[in-house]
Amino acid sequence: MTETNFEATPPKKHRSRVGTAFHRLGSPPYFYALAGKLVPWAGGLSALFFAYSLYAGLVIAPTDYEQGESFRIIYVHVPSAWLSMLVYAILAACGAISLIWRMKLAESLARACAPIGASYTFLALVTGSIWGKPMWGTWWVWDARLTSELVLLFLYLGYMALQSAFSDRRTASRASAILALVGVVNLPIIHYSVDWWNTLHQGATILKTSAPSIHPSMLIPLLAMVLAFHLHFFTVALMRIRCEILEDEKRTHWVQQLGTSR
Amino acid sequence: MRRIGLGTALLALTQRDLTLAYRRRGELANPILFFVIVTSLFPMGVGPAPEQLRNIGPGVIWVASLLATLLALEALFRSDYEDGSLEQITLSPHPVSVLAFAKVAVHWLITGLPLLIVSPLLALLMQMDSSTMKTLFFSLLLGTPTLSLIGAVAAALTVGLKRGGLLLTLLVLPLYVPVLIFGTSAVHSAAHGLAVAGQFYALGALLALSIVLAPIAIAAALRASLN
Repeated sequence: MTETNFEATPPKKHRSRVGTAFHRLGSPPYFYALAGKLVPWAGGLSALFFAYSLYAGLVIAPTDYEQGESFRIIYVHVPSAWLSMLVYAILAACGAISLIWRMKLAESLARACAPIGASYTFLALVTGSIWGKPMWGTWWVWDARLTSELVLLFLYLGYMALQSAFSDRRTASRASAILALVGVVNLPIIHYSVDWWNTLHQGATILKTSAPSIHPSMLIPLLAMVLAFHLHFFTVALMRIRCEILEDEKRTHWVQQLGTSR
Repeated sequence: MRRIGLGTALLALTQRDLTLAYRRRGELANPILFFVIVTSLFPMGVGPAPEQLRNIGPGVIWVASLLATLLALEALFRSDYEDGSLEQITLSPHPVSVLAFAKVAVHWLITGLPLLIVSPLLALLMQMDSSTMKTLFFSLLLGTPTLSLIGAVAAALTVGLKRGGLLLTLLVLPLYVPVLIFGTSAVHSAAHGLAVAGQFYALGALLALSIVLAPIAIAAALRASLN
């Protein structure tokens, strides 16, 4: 396949302002520079939120009357579990975009996100197992949500294995995009089948339609932590996508100029 | 140039695949042998107590059939890819998804159906009674086509790779979880005299869903691999 950079040619037709912004965002040099500017801000904000929510969650928040101090692990467990699912959805969305519009940036984003998502999934599993030791008395219980999280980790690992199996990066991106879409169709089915198979896990405490069963003094640090995790993901994804863009575009003029100007 | 209708093309493809399979009938026995040997290893591994075998039997037979399906799947597109006929199939004026579906259907006939036929024998080895055996048979009948269809997507994704076999397993096994859960649970329920309709509905729904969606994914995956 010939590598033609369609994104670099200016649009001939008159476009709306939003359309132009979207078009510019899809251009690798522009996005590379933009991401470089955003990283320190996102990273700084993330550090700020982490500092507050770690202090508030681990020191200020009251001890749980049933679970004691060990409830505090939810401040890591819940955000990482949420992000593990969010990142897979992002992978699938990038897959759809790259298959339909052949947008190179979406391919780079998918490649950048997969290892981050896998690490969040791993973190959720490890913290879940550490929480399970005092609560259930064993390190591992075949509980519904832990099991579907484990399957999610397998899906991530398969995705990454497929991506690294091809020598051609575009073919790798197309193949793994299809896999991500198949996976995202399967994920709810896997989740519900596993749920039906076994449920031991404590019920959801935050996303209830009635009033949440968690006290505000514990909830606010948790929400801050969720925000901190999102910002952390945003920062790391931007940093990784910059590397991916450089790798993708290493033969283009602007990347080579970038190397010589410093 | 004579225009060939979709029906004729499907018939020709089916005939060709069946003939090819018949010419290599020695290879066809391999997944079955694998299925039988893996299943019979378990009593040797965990002990011959009938009660225990009855407990693990459904899971063991289902996992073994899942692995046997996977083993057979690697060859689904392999030889067609190597001799170039897969490329001709994707170049034909007919929808690739329909042609791919026909290929998977034939593949199920020559690998999945024999598994079904030997499954009562393995059920005997696992000390199941006749009604449980019947449930096992029908759960496999509903479940194995789904396994073939999902597996075909991964087979199509990895067909261009030199060593795709192990990778295929990594990609597919997590996706097999729902089929495994509903399949084994149907057999377990039957063994305890409970109703199995729910599990059968779920297996049927999974089959319907994969008949509709998998061919599209297979076609897209073939196009990506042949790029």
